Amino acid sequence: MQEKTIPNATPGKLIAVEGLDGSGKSTQVYLLKRWLELSGYKVFFTEWNSSDIVRSATRRGKKQNLLTPTTFSLIHCTDFADRYERNILPMLKAGFIVLADRYKFTALARDTVRGCPQEWVEQLYSFAFQPDITFYFSLPLRTALDRILVGRPALKYHEAGMDLGLSPDPVESFKIFQGRIHKTYEALARRHRFTRINSDRPVEAIQEEVRAILRDRIDLAQYKATVPRGWRL
Amino acid sequence: MNQPRTFYGKGIPGVATRDLKGKLIVLEGPDGSGRSTQIALLTEWLERRGHAVEHVGLKRSTLVANELADAKQGNVLSPRTLSLFYATDFADQLEHRILPALRAGFIVLADRYIYTLMARDIVRGADLPWLQSVYSIALVPDLVMYLRVAPQKLMERYIYRGRELDYWESGMDIGYNRSWYDSFIRYQSELHRTFNRLQAVYGFVTVNGMRVPRAVTRDLQTHIESVISPNG
Repeated sequence: MQEKTIPNATPGKLIAVEGLDGSGKSTQVYLLKRWLELSGYKVFFTEWNSSDIVRSATRRGKKQNLLTPTTFSLIHCTDFADRYERNILPMLKAGFIVLADRYKFTALARDTVRGCPQEWVEQLYSFAFQPDITFYFSLPLRTALDRILVGRPALKYHEAGMDLGLSPDPVESFKIFQGRIHKTYEALARRHRFTRINSDRPVEAIQEEVRAILRDRIDLAQYKATVPRGWRL
Repeated sequence: MNQPRTFYGKGIPGVATRDLKGKLIVLEGPDGSGRSTQIALLTEWLERRGHAVEHVGLKRSTLVANELADAKQGNVLSPRTLSLFYATDFADQLEHRILPALRAGFIVLADRYIYTLMARDIVRGADLPWLQSVYSIALVPDLVMYLRVAPQKLMERYIYRGRELDYWESGMDIGYNRSWYDSFIRYQSELHRTFNRLQAVYGFVTVNGMRVPRAVTRDLQTHIESVISPNG
């Protein structure tokens, strides 16, 4: 199945960040974006969120208890495809550095944990380019859980994996669910050659490492923003 | 007996095909080929003979039918997004309508199935292996019949019934031609060619739909009898 993935063939660069909730990846990708912007590079940021279409369908699905692992997976892939073809792909073709806060691996991990066959989900998402770099923010499960459960006690139904019937208690369910996601991420990290970042360190130290890797692996000079002739900023 | 029931691929997690005692019968064919008329006639015939019948079709899921209709209205989704949307609609009906009905021993009459969805996408540039993988969740039907009607004939039927050409059924989103008529003929011809390709893979029964409804019904009934009668 590995050979079914397509490398990025556009002038742009695709940088994805993945990791458990609470791994600090959103903070890191935000700082990365600010650094690139302030240094004058062409950068575009995109995050994993649901469009109105998916939100309204999942709301109904939840209310009537309709969503199954298969339809959950398909509806999120529909949403991802829309975002991918509308935002990510055009920006890559335009030669931007695209920073994705969560990418297809988020879906691969979640859907596999819900019981969809892994090859099926991998094939489903095979239209989306492999990132040039996938930063995987890794930290001990317990640390991630502590960060999340302290900061945000109200867990959403699917977020807590309640549909899997792991536990009637949302917090308990979330812990078990995240544990399984964690295991799946670890397997994906090997299969898809993630760049692992130890996320159990001060924000500054992590950011320094991330920037160094980017400078090392990408010829940033190619991504300097140029102002078209006749335009003024 | 017929062959044991299977999915095209791994199917739906946790579903045992042994329990699916009913029959899944699919009627494929373009809009205007007489599908709805035939399904009504076949339902009457089956019910008269004491069979319980369930109907499924495209865009009929509880989960996303409304959203899908909205999305088509605006024509803002890319072909792949629309394709996955239809796959979601299909999966929802498969799990909540088709499988339960088959478990209960119903005859499920499907007004189109994955083949129309695949053909439409192939005409719009999708690749077959990807589609086959997406639809590996689908159950292999007991019988698939394709009502063949030439594009010119379809056009005549539209005109006689005073119906307007449909944007999607004319393939206007593809941009073949600004003329609806030319686009319709070209799109329907491409679909037909694609169905022929799919037939080689999936082995449909082709039924000539360009005859009086009664004659078509008799043909369909003969094919259905061969899969529902116990000594097949």
